[in-house]
Amino acid sequence: MPVSFDMEPTETMRDLYHSQRTMRALRRAAIQRGVVAVLDIGTSKIACLILRFDGPERTRITDGVGPLAGQSSFRVIGAATTRSRGVRLGEIDAMGEAERAIRTAVQAAQKMAMVRVDHAIVCVSGGAPRSYGLAGEIELEADVVAETDVARVLASCDVPDYGEGREVLHAQPVNFALDHRTGLGDPRGQIGTRLACDMHMLTAETVLIQNLLHCVKRCDLELAGVAFSAYASGLASLVEDEQELGAACVDMGGGTTSVSVFMKKHMIYGDAARLGGDHVTLDISKGLQVPLNVAERIKTFHGGVVATGMDDRDMIELGGETGDWDHDRRTVSRSELIGIIRPRVEEVLEEVRVRLDAAGFDHLPSQQIVLTGGASQMPGLDVLAPKILGQQVRIGRPLRVHGLPQAATGAAFSSAVGLCLFAAHPQDEWWDFEIPTERYPSRSLRRAVKWFKDNW
Amino acid sequence: MQSLSRFRDPAPSRWAYRKQRLMLTPAFRFFLRAGLPFSVVFLAVAIYLANGDRRATLVEGAAEMRRQIEQRPEFQVRLMAIDGASAGVDEDLREILPLDFPVSSFDLDLEGIRKRAEELDAVASASVRIRSGGVLQLDVVERTPSVVWRGRRGLELLDGEGHRVAALAHRTDRPDLPLLAGDGAEDAVPEALELLSVAGLIEPRIRGILRVGARRWDIVLDRDQRILLPEAGAVAALERVIAMDEVQDLLDRDVTVIDMRNPKRPTLRMGIAAVEAFRDAGLFRHGAN
Repeated sequence: MPVSFDMEPTETMRDLYHSQRTMRALRRAAIQRGVVAVLDIGTSKIACLILRFDGPERTRITDGVGPLAGQSSFRVIGAATTRSRGVRLGEIDAMGEAERAIRTAVQAAQKMAMVRVDHAIVCVSGGAPRSYGLAGEIELEADVVAETDVARVLASCDVPDYGEGREVLHAQPVNFALDHRTGLGDPRGQIGTRLACDMHMLTAETVLIQNLLHCVKRCDLELAGVAFSAYASGLASLVEDEQELGAACVDMGGGTTSVSVFMKKHMIYGDAARLGGDHVTLDISKGLQVPLNVAERIKTFHGGVVATGMDDRDMIELGGETGDWDHDRRTVSRSELIGIIRPRVEEVLEEVRVRLDAAGFDHLPSQQIVLTGGASQMPGLDVLAPKILGQQVRIGRPLRVHGLPQAATGAAFSSAVGLCLFAAHPQDEWWDFEIPTERYPSRSLRRAVKWFKDNW
Repeated sequence: MQSLSRFRDPAPSRWAYRKQRLMLTPAFRFFLRAGLPFSVVFLAVAIYLANGDRRATLVEGAAEMRRQIEQRPEFQVRLMAIDGASAGVDEDLREILPLDFPVSSFDLDLEGIRKRAEELDAVASASVRIRSGGVLQLDVVERTPSVVWRGRRGLELLDGEGHRVAALAHRTDRPDLPLLAGDGAEDAVPEALELLSVAGLIEPRIRGILRVGARRWDIVLDRDQRILLPEAGAVAALERVIAMDEVQDLLDRDVTVIDMRNPKRPTLRMGIAAVEAFRDAGLFRHGAN
C-alpha cells in the first residue's frame, strides 16, 4: 500500500496553504491586539462590526461550550451600515465605488468604537461557489493517532480539478473514520490502524477574492479571513441542534441567495444562486414604471407574497416627480404588487430547492430549512416557502451577541454576526495542520538530538 | 425635492479616512497630547537660548536677583565678636581673618574661618556662628602653656600635649613653668609633666628636664646634680630615687650623678671632694660596693 505522505504537495496547494496561513496568522495577530473588524460586503448594504476581544475567557468553561455559547470572549463595540455601491450579485463591480462604501462603513464604525482597526474579516456570497467532498485514507505508523497522522490523512485527500482561476475558500475536515468506526470528531489519541477522513472543500473565483483583497487593502485594512456568507449565516442563525442534526441555511441577500447545509456542526455543502431581493426591486421598478429607490421603498413598506381579499382594496400611491399629473398620481393595489413580487420570490425558492436537491438534502435525517438574510423578512414568506421547500421551514434571526446594537439584530445581519462567531471560534481547516513535507527540517533536528542522546 | 446639485457623497475622502484612522491611533494621540507641546516648548526655548547675548542677560538677571537678596540688611554681618581668647590671640585672630565688614552672611565661609582660626597655634578649638543682629561670633578655646621648651629654635611654650603655643623671649618671662630641653622633648611632654608631679620635695631643686637622644629623660638639679632615668619606667625610677633621698639624704650628699638607667642597679658618681675623702679614709677596696 503506497503511503501518501511522501507525495509532493502540488503547487496550488502550497499557495493555498500560504495565503490561508497568512490570513490565519493575521487573524491571530488581530485577536492578540484585541480589535478586529467584520465586513459584510453585500449587494444591498455593507455592514461593518468592530469586535473587541477581552483575552481568554475568564469564566469557567463547562463541557467544551462556554457561557453564551462561547461568545463571552468578544464584544461588539462599533457597528455601522451603509448602502452598498459598486457591488453586483455579491461581486465587486466598480472598485472605486465599493471602496468608498467600505470606507464609509468602516469610518462610522470606528467612530462609534473610538478605536482604530487594522484587520478585517470579510464574507463572500458571489463568485459561483462550488463545493466538493474529498476523502482520504492512510495506514497509521503507530498504534495511536497523532496530530501528524491527522495532517497526513488530510494531505492524502486527492484534490479534484476545480478549474483554473478558482480558489479554495474553506477546506474543513468533516468526519474521521478509524478502522470500521466512523463519525469521529477528533481521532487524536485513539487506537487503530487505518485512518480515513472526509473533507468538505468550497471554492470560489480567484478574481472575486483578489478584488475583495484589493478593495480592503485600499482602505488600509488587512484581510484576516474570508468566509462564505451562507456558512457565516448558518453559524449565526441555526440553533445548536439544527447544526448537529442537519439543516440548511438559506441566506437571502440582495444580489445572491446562498445556501449552506450543516451536519454535525460542520458545513457539508455550500452553493449560491445569483438571484435575490434586488431582482424583486427591479421587477417592481419595471412593472410599475417607478425609479429604483421608489420601488425599494414600496417593496419594504408594502411588499408581500400572499395576497388576500383585503389587499385588493389597499391602494398604494406610487408618486413621482415628472410633473405629469396623471403619471405622478398613479396608484396600484397591493394585490398587483404581490402579483409582481411573488413569481420572483418563487423563482428564488425554486432555485434553492434545485440546489438542495442536487446536494442530496433529502437524505439528511433532519430536513430543517432556515431562511435568513434581508429578503427573508418579506411578509408571507413563511407561508410561501413551505410550499416549495418542504414543511420544516422557519425564518431565522441571528444569535444575540454582546454589544450588538438593536438596529443590527435583524435577519439582514445574520452573516455579519456569523462572521463574528467565525472570527472568535474558527473551525479547524485543512491549513491548520502542518503539511507533512514541511516537517522535514524539524524531523532532521529531532534526529540530530536523538543522535546526541544516543552517543553522549 | 432632491436635485443632483444637492447630492453629496457620504463617503469620506481617502485623506479624511486616513486622518480619522490616524487620530484613533493611540501612539499618535499620545504624541499630540504630550510629544507635540513638549517639542514646541523645547524648540522655542532652544531658539531663544541659541543667542549668546540673551543667555548672558538671563544669567546676569539671575545673579542680580541673588545679589539683591544677599545684600538685604537682614543678612549683613557688621562685626566679629571673639570670646575666650586673650588679648594677644584676639589680635592675631583679627589679623589672620581679613574680613571687610559689613559683609553678607552668604559670602562668609564659616567652615573656612573656623579652620583658619584653628590653624593658629594658640587656639585649641574654635566654633563660628552668626548671631542674630549681624554679629559673627567666634568662640575660642586657647591652649594653656604648661612647659617651656628650649629647642633648637629657641624658647617655646608648649601645652600639655606638647603642642606649640607661642614663642618665648626669655626664660624669666615664665618662671612658673618648668623647663624642658633637648631634641624630641616636645613629643614626650606628658611624661615630663608626670615626672614633675611625682618629684615632690625635690621639685624646687629641679632646674630642668633634659631629653637625651630623643628617648629618655635626665633631671637636672641645682648643684650640678643629675638624675639619669631609663627609657621605660622613668616615673618608677624617679620615685625610687626620691625614696632613697628621703631615707639616706642621697641628694644632699656630694653626688654628681645618680644613674638609674639600669633600674636594677642604681649607680652613683661622687663629687671630687667626696672621692678624695673616700680615698683618704681608705675605704676603696677592689670590688667593694
